[in-house]
Amino acid sequence: MSLFYIVALPFFGALLPGLMNSAGRAATAGVTFTVTLAAFVGLLTNLPSVLAGEVVMARVDWMPLLGLNFSLMLDGLGFFFALLILGIGLLIIAYGRNYLSRDDNMGQFFTYLLLFQGAMVGIVLSDNILLLLVFWELTSLSSFLLIGYWKHLPEGRQGARMALTVTGMGGLAMIGGMLILGQIAGSYDLSVILQNRELIQADPLYVAALILILLGCFTKSAQFPFHFWLPHAMAAPTPVSAYLHSATMVKAGIFLMARMWPVLSGTPEWFVIVTTAGLITMVLGAVIALFKHDLKALLAFSTVSHLGLITMLLGTGTAFGAMAAMFHILNHATFKAALFMSAGIIDHEAHTRDIRRLGGLRKLMPITFIIASLAALSMAGIPLLNGFLSKEMMLEEANHTVLFNSPWLVPVLATVGSLFSAAYCFRLIGHVFFGPVRDDYPAKPHDPAAGLWLPPAILVVLVVVIGVAPFLAEPFIKLVTASVLGDAAEVPKSYFKIWHGLVPALYMSIVAVVGGLIMLLIFKPSLRIWDAMPRPEAKVIFEAIVESVAKLARAIILPLHNGAFSRYAAIAAITMVAVGYHAWSTGTIAAPTREMQPATPVAVGGWLMLVAATAGMVMMHRNRLLSLILIGIVGLMVSIGFVFFSAPDLAMTQFTVEVVTIILLLLALNFLPNRTPVESTVLRRVRDTSVAIFGGLATFALSYHYMLRDAVTAPISEFHLANSYKGGGGTNVVNVILVDFRGFDTYGEIIVLGIAALLIYALTETLLGGPVRAHLLNRKPDQKRAGNKHPMMMVVLTRVIMPVVLLVGFYIFLRGHNEPGGGFIAGLIVSIGVVMQYMASGFGWASARLRYPYHGVIGAGVLIAGLTGIGSWFVGKPFLTSDFTYVRIPPFEEFELATAALFDLGVFLAVVGAVMLSLESFSRLARQSGGPDSEHALDIDPSRDDPKEPAEKEAV
Amino acid sequence: MEFLVASAIGILTAGGLYLTLRLRTFPVILGISLLTYAVNVFLFASGRLTVGAPPILTKGVEVYADPLPQALVLTAIVISFGMTAVVVMIGLGAFLGSDDDHVDDQPESDDAEAEGTS
Repeated sequence: MSLFYIVALPFFGALLPGLMNSAGRAATAGVTFTVTLAAFVGLLTNLPSVLAGEVVMARVDWMPLLGLNFSLMLDGLGFFFALLILGIGLLIIAYGRNYLSRDDNMGQFFTYLLLFQGAMVGIVLSDNILLLLVFWELTSLSSFLLIGYWKHLPEGRQGARMALTVTGMGGLAMIGGMLILGQIAGSYDLSVILQNRELIQADPLYVAALILILLGCFTKSAQFPFHFWLPHAMAAPTPVSAYLHSATMVKAGIFLMARMWPVLSGTPEWFVIVTTAGLITMVLGAVIALFKHDLKALLAFSTVSHLGLITMLLGTGTAFGAMAAMFHILNHATFKAALFMSAGIIDHEAHTRDIRRLGGLRKLMPITFIIASLAALSMAGIPLLNGFLSKEMMLEEANHTVLFNSPWLVPVLATVGSLFSAAYCFRLIGHVFFGPVRDDYPAKPHDPAAGLWLPPAILVVLVVVIGVAPFLAEPFIKLVTASVLGDAAEVPKSYFKIWHGLVPALYMSIVAVVGGLIMLLIFKPSLRIWDAMPRPEAKVIFEAIVESVAKLARAIILPLHNGAFSRYAAIAAITMVAVGYHAWSTGTIAAPTREMQPATPVAVGGWLMLVAATAGMVMMHRNRLLSLILIGIVGLMVSIGFVFFSAPDLAMTQFTVEVVTIILLLLALNFLPNRTPVESTVLRRVRDTSVAIFGGLATFALSYHYMLRDAVTAPISEFHLANSYKGGGGTNVVNVILVDFRGFDTYGEIIVLGIAALLIYALTETLLGGPVRAHLLNRKPDQKRAGNKHPMMMVVLTRVIMPVVLLVGFYIFLRGHNEPGGGFIAGLIVSIGVVMQYMASGFGWASARLRYPYHGVIGAGVLIAGLTGIGSWFVGKPFLTSDFTYVRIPPFEEFELATAALFDLGVFLAVVGAVMLSLESFSRLARQSGGPDSEHALDIDPSRDDPKEPAEKEAV
Repeated sequence: MEFLVASAIGILTAGGLYLTLRLRTFPVILGISLLTYAVNVFLFASGRLTVGAPPILTKGVEVYADPLPQALVLTAIVISFGMTAVVVMIGLGAFLGSDDDHVDDQPESDDAEAEGTS
């Protein structure tokens, strides 16, 4: 199966469990299992090629200019991890089906699980490090959802947040590291990077890249000092802990270290950082684990410890260390997942995970006892179980490792770590299963149904088989090691066997096991010492750091952001002027290259009207209706200015937009107060005036400056003028730019316009659905309504004029390609025609005659424009390539047919729909307050002339 | 002529800024509209001013106004209508919901006082 499908299956499969939720729990789990099984089988179909030593590749260029390609590769290492992810995933799904209670939303759980699974598979199969980062972040997000799955538990939410914060920060650091790495290697493809060991290690930025990438790996794999999030993530349901926090996600960091091993390892920096971190984590985790009373917490810290062990092995930088690390990954995944599932079973049946409340379960839960004990003994490093083999290899490697010039430091610490590791394993078996049967369990413990114990049992079978017959696993692990090492080193020749003779590692192992037993015997006194010792509590420190960062953010933001818009606006305006002034005063200013054109009397007249209207608006802005009229004058003058300066299309657009804007503002003013009260102090007005004057002077200076100079580099406009007719088939260059050269922009813009209109519609719906509706219905108009809502003159006039408006719109639309006009302007003209019907004949009358909803018109417009664009794909051209031809149908003259006209039709429809939907939404508000609207347009409301309201008469 | 256009841009900006700094929604919306005019004219003027040469290709004519800023401003005008409509709707919704058309957050104590007196 193609690698694409293996990665895509879990993601697409994640859609299914949510849909299957209503079909029952078995169906939900079944579909999840099937999806994972399909991916698993797909992976296995690639096994022959992997065994033959080939690297299976699949590649699609995504954003080649950025170096981001969707390229996947499958070698031994990737196959090994994918096998773990999908294989253990299958067992976890089966286990989770039986573990989750009826109150839990199973569809949601399995959706998250599959998302996580897909992201993990993506990490291990990525051949592009940018793609790998995408999947890396996806695992952080999906694990956040999984850890916090029991949303009602505060520990779950806090644990999820902590995990996301720590791994998210690590991911951020790693992005930096990966970018540096890609810059050094000149490619973001792993297969290229892995070939450039010398180049990368010689680069001065190597250490920076190494530290940043290791930060990502250490946070993800819970290495000291970032280990603290993992135990808190145990608030997740046990299937999640077993899957994410033993077998898969926490191994992602280790996977990456292994993947990058050929290029990053072997330097002193790598050796010291990775080995030290691993060693500390191993010992610290093991010691803390011994004294934890919660079964899952014990297992969590033991996981931390074992991850440290693997990290240390990778840190040594030797081929043997890498091989031992790979072997231990396999062994740890089997026994630890089995142990987590056993802990889940105990929790499920005995209703507690507290070791102090358990004991004597050997007789009550014999099956669980056997499974858990075998797994724990393997973890302790007892011969004939797989944990022994890799631990032996670790001790052997530790024996040869010289850290900080001390030949004994690593062996001693490794032995201490193993000793505590053995001790907590013995404690787990001894304190949970042995001892007298108690009578105070929260629930009566007994072995669960096969659905719960079978998945861990399968893993324990593997534990024993590998332990007894290590030669079975040997070729596979050597294959994986070969792909870790790449060209950097040879795979070691040594064989996997139980008996190596009387080597130092054996003595260390014996010391560890015997010491572990002694620790168990003196557990009670040592626990007292442990409890008496002061220890830093990671969660408290973490919360304190988060709180102080939040406090700092508040201290910076709140004074700036105090909820006063006018304050932000003033700050923004002053800042912009200041920055502009700085550029102006420090840059060099070229001499003017253009002559000033003489001002004609007409231009001066227009300018005077514009200035007068603007000044009037500012002076008399408290009278809102008046300022609305004045802004109409401003808009009109701007339109005339456009005509004057050779922009007929702009003038037509500005003019029509002006009309609909004024109508819109009038509709709003219907509800708002008519006057703006005097509120601001004189000081404040002086401040605002000076801000306004500075801003005005700045824009004046800027525009005056550049209008007197030619552009520094030749503008691209010449291209458009030269190619408009040849390439676009139209003589109106502005329109050809809109529908052809920059058609993609226009397409985006009509979509934005449509979204804006839908937003207005949605806001109206929300308002009318809430308390505002009652408010509107009870509203008394603050001014007298017109007695004749629909004056007959206007009704007749608008109805007569409607066909003419449509005809004009159609004409403007058609001629747009060659003469001023086009879809935008035609759309606005037609909208005005329709709005006039609403105004004259009333909302009820107009909407009763509305054949298509405006949403549909917007949608049709966007769709037509989009399909026109897609159409060019069928002739093998890029999106929105236009074509045109000239036809002649007698008796007409020859005319042009262009695909651009079809696109312009889409623009037209979108504009009509958007404008009408906006205005209609406003008038629906008005309709609510105006009482029922008559279907018949020409009726007259007699109440105004009714003499029964003398009070109102006087008021007029 | 350039002076006239530049000063018009400056005056529109100044008026727009002043109104944008007012305390009620309606003048702020009008202020933003004035700023929109200023920005559109500013963008348009970046093609430099040309009188009597619209960019409609005609035989025998060599000089045309710069069509590119015109195309950009054309869509900007239409989009700014959409955005004005959204802002007006938000302002209107806020006013209908709370009977208050202030732009700035009102201090908490004022609210308490208002409730106490009413």
